[in-house]
Amino acid sequence: MRLERREGTASAGLILAPLTAVVFTLVVSAALVLWAGAPVGRTYSLLLQGAFGSVFAWSETLTRATPLILCGLAVSVAFRARLFNIGAEGQLYAGALAAVVVGGGGADEALGRAPELHFAVMTVCSALAGAAVLLGPAWLKIRLGVDEVVTTLLLNFIVLLLVSAMLDGPMKDPAAMGWPQSVAIAPDLELSKLVERTRVHTGLLWALTSALMLWVMLRSTVLGFDIRALGAQARAAAFAGVPPQRTMLWVALISGSLAGLAGAIEVAGRTSYLTLDMSPGYGYSGIVIAMLAGLHPLGVVVAGVFVAGVLVGADSMSRALGVPTYLADVIVAVALLSVLVSGTLTRYRVVRR
Amino acid sequence: MLSAEPVLRLAGISKRFGDLVANDNVCLSLGRGEVLALLGENGAGKSTLVSILFGHYRADEGSIEVFGRELPGGNPRAALEAGIGMVHQHVTLADNLSVLDNVMLGTEALWRWRSLRTQGRSRLLEVAGRFGLPVNPQARAGDLSLGERQRVEILKALYRGARILILDEPTAVLTPQESDALFETLGEMVRQGLSIVFISHKLAEVLRVSHRVVVLRQGRKVAEAFTPQTNALQLAQWMVGHPVKQSQREAGLRPGRVVCALQEVHCDGSSGDRLNGVSLALHAGEIVAIAGISGHGQSALADLLCGMRRPGGGRMMLRDAPFPITPAALIAAGVARIPEDRAGVGILGDLPVWENAVAERLRAPEFSRGGWIRAGTARDFAAGVIRDFDVRGAGPMAAARALSGGNMQKLIVGRALAPKSGGASPFPQLVVAHQPTWGLDVGAVAFVQQRLFEARAAGAAVLLISDDLDEVLAMGDRVAVMVRGRLSEAKPPEQWSRAEIGLAMAGDRRAA
Repeated sequence: MRLERREGTASAGLILAPLTAVVFTLVVSAALVLWAGAPVGRTYSLLLQGAFGSVFAWSETLTRATPLILCGLAVSVAFRARLFNIGAEGQLYAGALAAVVVGGGGADEALGRAPELHFAVMTVCSALAGAAVLLGPAWLKIRLGVDEVVTTLLLNFIVLLLVSAMLDGPMKDPAAMGWPQSVAIAPDLELSKLVERTRVHTGLLWALTSALMLWVMLRSTVLGFDIRALGAQARAAAFAGVPPQRTMLWVALISGSLAGLAGAIEVAGRTSYLTLDMSPGYGYSGIVIAMLAGLHPLGVVVAGVFVAGVLVGADSMSRALGVPTYLADVIVAVALLSVLVSGTLTRYRVVRR
Repeated sequence: MLSAEPVLRLAGISKRFGDLVANDNVCLSLGRGEVLALLGENGAGKSTLVSILFGHYRADEGSIEVFGRELPGGNPRAALEAGIGMVHQHVTLADNLSVLDNVMLGTEALWRWRSLRTQGRSRLLEVAGRFGLPVNPQARAGDLSLGERQRVEILKALYRGARILILDEPTAVLTPQESDALFETLGEMVRQGLSIVFISHKLAEVLRVSHRVVVLRQGRKVAEAFTPQTNALQLAQWMVGHPVKQSQREAGLRPGRVVCALQEVHCDGSSGDRLNGVSLALHAGEIVAIAGISGHGQSALADLLCGMRRPGGGRMMLRDAPFPITPAALIAAGVARIPEDRAGVGILGDLPVWENAVAERLRAPEFSRGGWIRAGTARDFAAGVIRDFDVRGAGPMAAARALSGGNMQKLIVGRALAPKSGGASPFPQLVVAHQPTWGLDVGAVAFVQQRLFEARAAGAAVLLISDDLDEVLAMGDRVAVMVRGRLSEAKPPEQWSRAEIGLAMAGDRRAA
């Protein structure tokens, strides 16, 4: 058996492929639900209601989707250029750390009187902190050919340990009764709520705007072309005049900034302080979301809301039926695999030779 | 020549890949002691047909009979056992193994305790002696020249007792002398009763070695003739399907000032991919053609002149300035480049045709302002390239990988040579073309050559690097030979004899 590239893809295939992926995902997950001894139909309907069944459900899903979308964008732009950034998690924490450092208690007087400026300085610092974490691996990749998968992945743990040290040291909140928790950012810096009495905040708009901007950038700018060309075929891109090293550094800057921004927005929009369990692996989920979206910025929005919905819905389903929330992870993982396989099968056909 | 007993018979072979019909009801037979040439352009279905014969593919319809017995499809082992040997166009030896190991590889059972190397060795030498193919069984395959590797490939097939040998474009990697030696070997094999299928798109050698010719076009057998009863013009016409006209170099253009000069240029790289002191001057309005067996530093030279590699030493000038070292700077300075690897370096397969067409010019103010692509002018330019250079087979929005090889090359040539608005000096100043017609069909070859002649007439200096000696001699105003990272003196083609060039390609010092 081997794969043979199709000459053209039928439009029916483009619609059928994701549908098949969804059906396959539901079937596989249903088997697990049955195994857990719960009724399949009711499990799915509770999951759906928990994710999208009410204003509250929607608000929770979108709150969860905000950092997921930003991390998904960070990963997708990097993957587009074949910079395999596995470090969005660490970059997110670096951004969050910068946010509490700049926005927290010790902030200076002048900035305190101009909250808009203070907010701008805080987000820029967060973005730069995220970018700084990725620029090192990118530079090593360009100069010495060091595999960025390894360096970015391992940096996650280093950043997390740094954050841990800070939370037990200089950034520790004296009022936290010994919990490793940072001081809170100034109340002026907190993002306002989009809907009253819910947690969904204006960070969502930041995420959506970022997706839109990234899409336009990839489509209509020379840098966007350079990124796509470099990812498509590095040698051919270089031949056509794309500066590979400069483009790679730009990609690292953009990708790291988006992940760092996700950290700042989580702090400013949801928690207001930093803890070590602030992110349940948003950075890693960003990889799944970027792949689900086919690395398309607007697709990342859809995929981010989907993954957030599954996670949130599974929480409420689990409370009602006792099916473990791990079902959510299985659904997301199977969805990713089936989307990748169906995507491959629209481009290739399997041939028995 | 066709003796009474056919050793191989293909009946009604058809093979489809999706909508593409690669072979359509092809029938042919091969007699004992016969050389059958399978002639056709790239994409005519030659390779698919022999892949079916050798069991790499399974035919959709039709049957194969070897020595009167049906050959099961899709099984290379069955083909080997039936006595079919295949010598691929790109030699498939394990570089780190000795010649003997390469030959014996796969002929012994895995569970045998010890390898029967002594017997293998004497058998190899016996076969080599019988067919006049001298070989050193201990030599490491990676150290052999391409001609020697091919000889090992042939021995590999003979060692396994092949009675029918399939040779896929065997002369592509050989010097003229090596080709002559190969043809003699083929003659010896035929005398000893072997049968040979010889695949080629070169008319001269088909006329020389074969007894019978089968011409394929678009997957169909369009003609079959005894070689002595046909001629090159007729074969070319069968291949293309219409009368052929060839582009001709006009004599009498006088070269102008030096456009590009290299002095003692060095470039590091693995062996076969380095320059050991190359000096060359290219004048406006001339084509300098570089002959040589591939893997003697041509890629290093082309990469250097295309901005893909930095020189390790020596001086390089473009007009009166130092030679630019990045592709972007070269493009801005008016250097048009046609790379060897068109699918891997020439185009960005996943990106649409229109972006590929404008890719090199994107940084010019005409096509982008402040980092924003001016999509309107960029698309117009792309449409112009597609129209003027006759790029067919996929629309401007389709991914460039959908293009056939010939159309890909037209796109690459088009984007490199399309006129540039603004800029005082003539455009292009310099054209670097590495294997620009390799693997193209006759029509596309003529098209590309014509465009290079036009660039020369417009005052460009053209550097043509090619494995195809006929092309080098036909196109070059001056011809130089590259061997082991060095370049011979560049002389007008009239001053080279074929024998002399062949010796120079083989690195014989008397010739250079």
